[in-house]
Amino acid sequence: MEHESLAGRIFRGAALTLILVFFMFPIVWILLMSFQTNEQILRIPPRILFEPTLANYEALISGQLRTAAGNLEITFMRNLWNSFVLSSGAVVLALLLGVPAAYAFARFKFRLGETIAFTLLSFRFAPPLLVLLPLSLYYQELGLNDTYVGIVWVYQLIALPLILWIVRGYFEDISPDIEHAYRLAGHSWSEAFTRIAVPLAGPGIAAAGLLSFIFCWNNFIFALILASADKQPVTVGALAFVTASGIQYGQIAAAIVLSVTPTLLLALYAQRYLVEGLSLGAVKG
Amino acid sequence: MSMLQLLQANAPVGRKPRARGRALPYLLSLPALLVCVAIIVPFVVAAIYSLQRYRLNLPYLRSFIGVQNYVDFLTDPAFWNTLRISLVYTALTVVLELLLGLAIALLLRRPTRFHNAVSIVLLLPLMTAPAIAALMWKLMTNPGFGILSYLVGLLGFTDFKWASDPSTALFTVVLVDVWVYTPFIMILLLAGLRSLPRQPFEAAALDGVPATFVFFRITLPMLAPYIITASLFRLLDSIQQFDIIYAMTQGGPGDRLMVFQVQAYLEFFQYTNVGRSAALLMILWLITNILSNIFIKNWLRLRARVHRQA
Repeated sequence: MEHESLAGRIFRGAALTLILVFFMFPIVWILLMSFQTNEQILRIPPRILFEPTLANYEALISGQLRTAAGNLEITFMRNLWNSFVLSSGAVVLALLLGVPAAYAFARFKFRLGETIAFTLLSFRFAPPLLVLLPLSLYYQELGLNDTYVGIVWVYQLIALPLILWIVRGYFEDISPDIEHAYRLAGHSWSEAFTRIAVPLAGPGIAAAGLLSFIFCWNNFIFALILASADKQPVTVGALAFVTASGIQYGQIAAAIVLSVTPTLLLALYAQRYLVEGLSLGAVKG
Repeated sequence: MSMLQLLQANAPVGRKPRARGRALPYLLSLPALLVCVAIIVPFVVAAIYSLQRYRLNLPYLRSFIGVQNYVDFLTDPAFWNTLRISLVYTALTVVLELLLGLAIALLLRRPTRFHNAVSIVLLLPLMTAPAIAALMWKLMTNPGFGILSYLVGLLGFTDFKWASDPSTALFTVVLVDVWVYTPFIMILLLAGLRSLPRQPFEAAALDGVPATFVFFRITLPMLAPYIITASLFRLLDSIQQFDIIYAMTQGGPGDRLMVFQVQAYLEFFQYTNVGRSAALLMILWLITNILSNIFIKNWLRLRARVHRQA
């Protein structure tokens, strides 16, 4: 391993270069496109060097798109805001529901706890439409259709299993002796939970929260079914925008860039915990 | 938060500590239990729908018809097409992602600073929303100006239509899936590779054991729990793929990419046939349920092992 032949090194270098090109090229290319006018985009052959323009972003942010056919309203900023509201709402709710439950499942071995934990885990893999289609009919009757509350509620399907299983692992890794000692000193159970257990599991709780935020942000199918234009997040909004604007490729590229930037930045920030989140807490990075 | 306040308010210090102690885990998990129930209810409702003739546009025809929706599938070529496309899509994506992901993990195995940086950068496609990723590839494969259409044109494929041609549509969505999800396999296997004990590899190196032997007889068997968990994860998600295919072609051209969830979505919203849509999803659920039971067993074993090491 240590003394690699020259041919071996060249092979590794070439393979890594190809891999990097394949996985990075689409992101780089769309980023470049977002700074081009439609005329520049439509040029054949495509050019890497061009005079960059901010017009696409200006159109998205101002919400006004001037075309030959007239003015087009873009609600993309609204979509960004919706993504933010829905994802943070879902994560806050999932933390409030999930952290105490995770603590209970880690500290007290009781059968109902295991049943709940595994039921939630198996929901993670059930077809989402199976739950969503009946819900969409019920939501219409209950008036929850197309409300933030209704959508945040179904986002628990994504966020809750993740938070429950990651945070449970963190609580299990903390020795209960510390809490016992604290309680022998005369403190109540709830003090031991809030002052000892939660701070010690803090990094895990933060990581689980960040990751569920990313997964909620990236979700498409829940909002496609339950949200109308007014409440749509960027994933659904971007697709609708493509259909509506047709040939405004520069703006589409800029919309894509704005939609993925928050999650990519968060992912870079939380990369230490990604392995754990992606394996639902089974593998540590 | 309200849970805690409730607990504090309702539990006078020192009185009946035993009873409270026993009730505590149940109180703490009550909200999670409610979420479970709230999910199970629509699930059961869907199961009941699948046994009904239920069309939103013809509500007066609604009635219980037993397993008729399922029986109809047996003689329905559209159903067999859906089953076939779903299985082919799943097999192609999982096998390609596993091979490529394993290869990349092996390349990045030594924890140098450069390798770590590459592995982090490779995670970006995975953190891109799949529906948005499909839009990115749609722009790149546009027949008019798409960079990929231009590049394959230079190679002589001047009439390559990517997702809009029935003969290359499957290839195109599989390519997008591979782009998004290969890093998932890579990052799990890389964590696995780096956690393997060193002694067997050092002993093999001392004895001059050939590299292929080390790979097939030491590395692969030791990595097996990680490989199995990662593949089952992908298998379960892939057979339910919706975002990429829907954003790319909505199941077309024709019925070329009609996988389970896309078909069920169209049955519901386009043909307003709730019963048929629910029956399709129940069949998909049966398949995923068998797979997820196997998955959970392997996942638990891996989890126990990793937590013991820690």
